[in-house]
Amino acid sequence: MALLEVRDLQTHFFMREGVVRAVDGVTFSLEKGKTLGLVGESGCGKSVTALSIMGLIPKPPARIVGGSVRFEGRDLAKLKERELEDIRGKEIAMIFQDPMTSLNPTIKISTQITEVLRRHLDMSKEQARRRAIELLEEVRIPNAAERLNDYPHRFSGGMRQRVMIASALACKPKLLIADEPTTALDVTIQAGILDLLDELRREYEMAMIIITHDMGVVAETADNIAVMYAGQIVEYAPALDLFERPEHPYTEALLAALPQLEAEDAREGRLTAIPGLPPSLIDPPDGCRFAPRCPYAGEDDPCAENPQELREVRTGHLVRSAHPASERARVKVEA
Amino acid sequence: MSVSASDPDPARNGALLEVEDLTKHFPIRKGILFDRQVGEVKAVDGVSFSIREGRTLGLVGESGSGKSTTGYCVIQLMKPTSGSVRFQGQELTELDREDLRRMRREMQIVFQDPYSSLDPRMTVGNIVSEPLEVHGIGTRRSRRETVRRLLEVVGFNPNYTNRYPHEFSGGQRQRIGIARALALNPKLIVCDEPVSALDVSIQAQILNLLKDLQRDFGLTYLFISHDLAVVRTMSDDIAVMNQGKLVEVGSAEDVYLRPKDEYTRALFTAVPVPDPRRQRERKAERARLRIDRFAGI
Repeated sequence: MALLEVRDLQTHFFMREGVVRAVDGVTFSLEKGKTLGLVGESGCGKSVTALSIMGLIPKPPARIVGGSVRFEGRDLAKLKERELEDIRGKEIAMIFQDPMTSLNPTIKISTQITEVLRRHLDMSKEQARRRAIELLEEVRIPNAAERLNDYPHRFSGGMRQRVMIASALACKPKLLIADEPTTALDVTIQAGILDLLDELRREYEMAMIIITHDMGVVAETADNIAVMYAGQIVEYAPALDLFERPEHPYTEALLAALPQLEAEDAREGRLTAIPGLPPSLIDPPDGCRFAPRCPYAGEDDPCAENPQELREVRTGHLVRSAHPASERARVKVEA
Repeated sequence: MSVSASDPDPARNGALLEVEDLTKHFPIRKGILFDRQVGEVKAVDGVSFSIREGRTLGLVGESGSGKSTTGYCVIQLMKPTSGSVRFQGQELTELDREDLRRMRREMQIVFQDPYSSLDPRMTVGNIVSEPLEVHGIGTRRSRRETVRRLLEVVGFNPNYTNRYPHEFSGGQRQRIGIARALALNPKLIVCDEPVSALDVSIQAQILNLLKDLQRDFGLTYLFISHDLAVVRTMSDDIAVMNQGKLVEVGSAEDVYLRPKDEYTRALFTAVPVPDPRRQRERKAERARLRIDRFAGI
């Protein structure tokens, strides 16, 4: 059994302007100890997916209107807030993009770490304190015992993210959700955080969901990758297969649009831009959501009218498109 | 004083912009009643480079390296503490206000955040025509024509001149910012992280646009960015900054393929590339170089 099994998740925001279908068809599964990269551009619904799993969506206006989030077999979407509180922070922990806003600036970091330990593990004050020092040492914060009494603003961005990670790991969660954990950091600091997360994941035998817009970050960290577009997973595959043989026209376009660090003729060439913009999530297209920008959807193509399902085009490689690359290749050969 | 394009200094060797030993120090002040200076931050500390006409110099570095401050000092949006900035052979740091104002027609800037750099109370048309009005160029009618033409050039629907910035996406707003920068027909444009706030699919549109404009109008760019892949697709030459100093400058080829400086090498190796196989090698290289030495704590 997979550790986490998300099936056709739908989280909608009921606003005055209409219903925003922020998450509208998210399906993936995650095995114990593995890393899933959830990638997509802003507004595609990747963060709302994470918040839905954690039961942290703002209600109202948001509500999970369909689908299931099975964690070790239990559907989190159906749990009461009290029951969720026992799982959140203990079984599933989350770290956010900006540790300055996710750590409370008026509380010493000792309290922020020990409160998790005392809430979930019933530790005494002294036990919790000792464990907090251990945790700070584990995330390589120099002089951990002294730094424990500092406030968050005394730490640099990279160090604050380490504090965040320490507090997330406090209860040895089975799943860590990292939402853009390195986006606010410089690349040299990002490298250190990614190394640390990878090490800790092994040590704690923890599964991880890394949410990011950076294809380089998932290329480094993920075993499997889910690509999101306009509220839906449009492609799901093992990392290597996704980069080497992308199937969805959107994934292909996204990869082609990336400037290449190691391309020698980069200066002369042009990038392949994706024309247009993602659709409104209040009134998305009836059929494939990428159809209006898709180079392979012909005029009056039925895919623009008919909703596309996620389907397996080869083992472990799922795609939500009427025109996946391998089928286009086949059509070409036959023609 | 004339600011004509004729070359008063043949020694500049085709360079449109020459920056020499530029420094910008900010005072650190302390005290409430008795304000006193207790030190200074050397944001830019002895930076020299030049850019030839029609070329792009990519200025890269991490946050706080001084790259944006360098850009502001180049076009005199900030007064440098010392050093020289020569544009077409003319020393900018010594110009009086009036001459500087005239000179500014030749040098424009595109900012990172198209959400905060456009006045939300002005229409698109007014935003783009403002530089023309300030410099007293054209009549009201001819300016309206110019604005339409500029918007067309940057791929923005010219029928939307009466709308406001908030009605548009980040990419469209950046097009407005670029149209405004082009209004005075400048020679040099400082691009300060022009695509950092944009998603990759939109980023590609804007980078292509900047490339096209450079080709069509012979523009010279000082392209400032923390994104090394973006800089590589844009630049002929690269300058790398770290803690206020230029640690390496050279042709893009040389700097990317054969970095001499240790920090440059660490910086490049730290960037994850979208290729899992290759990234595995780079990760090993990263461990070998011990790049954490350079990550400020």
